[in-house]
Amino acid sequence: MDFSVVVEYFPKLMQGTWVSLQLIALSVVLGGIFALPIALARISKNPLVSGLPFAYIFFFRGTPLLVQIFLVYYGASQFEVVRESFLWPILREPFWCAIIAFTLNTSAYTAEIFRGAIQAIPVGEVEACKVVGMTKVQMYRRILLPRAFGIVLPAYGNEIILMLKGSALASTITILDLTGMARTIIARTYTPIEIFLAAGVIYLAISMVVIAIFKQVEKRQNRYLGPNPVKLPDDV
Amino acid sequence: MIDLSGFGNQLLIGAAVTVELSLASLAVGLVLGLLGASAKLSSVKTLQWIANGYTTIIRGIPELLTVLIIYFGATTVLMAVAGLFGYDEYIEIGPFAAGVTALGLTFGAYATEVFRGALQSIPKGQNEAAVALGMGRVRTFYRIILPQVWRMALPGLGNLFLVLLKDTALVSVVGLDDIMRKANIAVSSTKEPFLFYSAAAVLYLGLTIVSMGVVYFLEKRANRGIKRA
Repeated sequence: MDFSVVVEYFPKLMQGTWVSLQLIALSVVLGGIFALPIALARISKNPLVSGLPFAYIFFFRGTPLLVQIFLVYYGASQFEVVRESFLWPILREPFWCAIIAFTLNTSAYTAEIFRGAIQAIPVGEVEACKVVGMTKVQMYRRILLPRAFGIVLPAYGNEIILMLKGSALASTITILDLTGMARTIIARTYTPIEIFLAAGVIYLAISMVVIAIFKQVEKRQNRYLGPNPVKLPDDV
Repeated sequence: MIDLSGFGNQLLIGAAVTVELSLASLAVGLVLGLLGASAKLSSVKTLQWIANGYTTIIRGIPELLTVLIIYFGATTVLMAVAGLFGYDEYIEIGPFAAGVTALGLTFGAYATEVFRGALQSIPKGQNEAAVALGMGRVRTFYRIILPQVWRMALPGLGNLFLVLLKDTALVSVVGLDDIMRKANIAVSSTKEPFLFYSAAAVLYLGLTIVSMGVVYFLEKRANRGIKRA
């Protein structure tokens, strides 16, 4: 084993890391934005409203992320209509295809997390809102969503870590993210163990930073629970 | 009717490989999970460190990277070890073995946490009662602890299995002939990516639904002694 290759190619690995971080940040933010309406529609008692989100969530949670990426990147180009539409400049780029696939995927998982959090709020609080005469919008904006945000944090942190690990799949559609860059370097140097281990250490470091950030935010968000906080459910 | 150009059969053969891979990894992962949980709960500090290191590293690294490290790295490591014993033929591990190792390690790391939670939820009195009845440690584990751990851990393990099932698609990257690779082959000869990746998606959905059914049945069986409020 010769770890001098890691030092030599470290700048390249950092380039890959930057691409990975962009992928994760964009898809997590976009996924979070899409997840809220999906979760709210999923909660609806009207089957016409909740049916579509149910199918959406079921599809994206029931199939591998790799299939979803290939469907977007290779699948969309099967149709003449897509190739001639104004969307083609975007769907031609592997980077944007990865963003689309990751966003769709993470929004399905995140919607389920949001739904769980909103439904975990005691019925009494909803009744209290009604008693003081809040409208539905007021109730969601002032009581339910801020409450849900606190409950959602641990599970949402897990989801971001999962997205971080999922982002490695971008390398399968020619994107030079951290994994893709590592594979390119290995093709040149033939030192799989050293370079893959280095990539693994970088991924570990990123996930530790994410975990640390979420610990801080959680502490802040749940500070009303006092010095001996009540244990919140932290499993997905 | 949908025309799969004669590749339907191939996809089904791929599905069989996917099922084999996930069941083999499940077996490896369950053993690793139980060992990991026991190590985390043991009073020996070294064992705790090993188990903590194992779960932290595996859970922080992308599954794809684990598959790649095992597939490309295991050959080098195995040959180095074999070289110490004076064996210098070329050793290669196939994609299936690499897949079972990588996915088993991943499943084991997550299962460690599930089993640890389940083991900790069993009251100490149960152990003491077993000792009072004169049961040995092994017998206590098989008769008293394990059936209850199984019941507590099932929902968590079921979720992990669904994750594992989807992760098997990653092993196609190193050339295992599973659903995903069969779909890739079909795409390269028919130029109909959307059709074949959708077919793959439907197969995975089908496997997911079947697994959910099995988990539901197992949970119902495991909980038959419990009264529901």
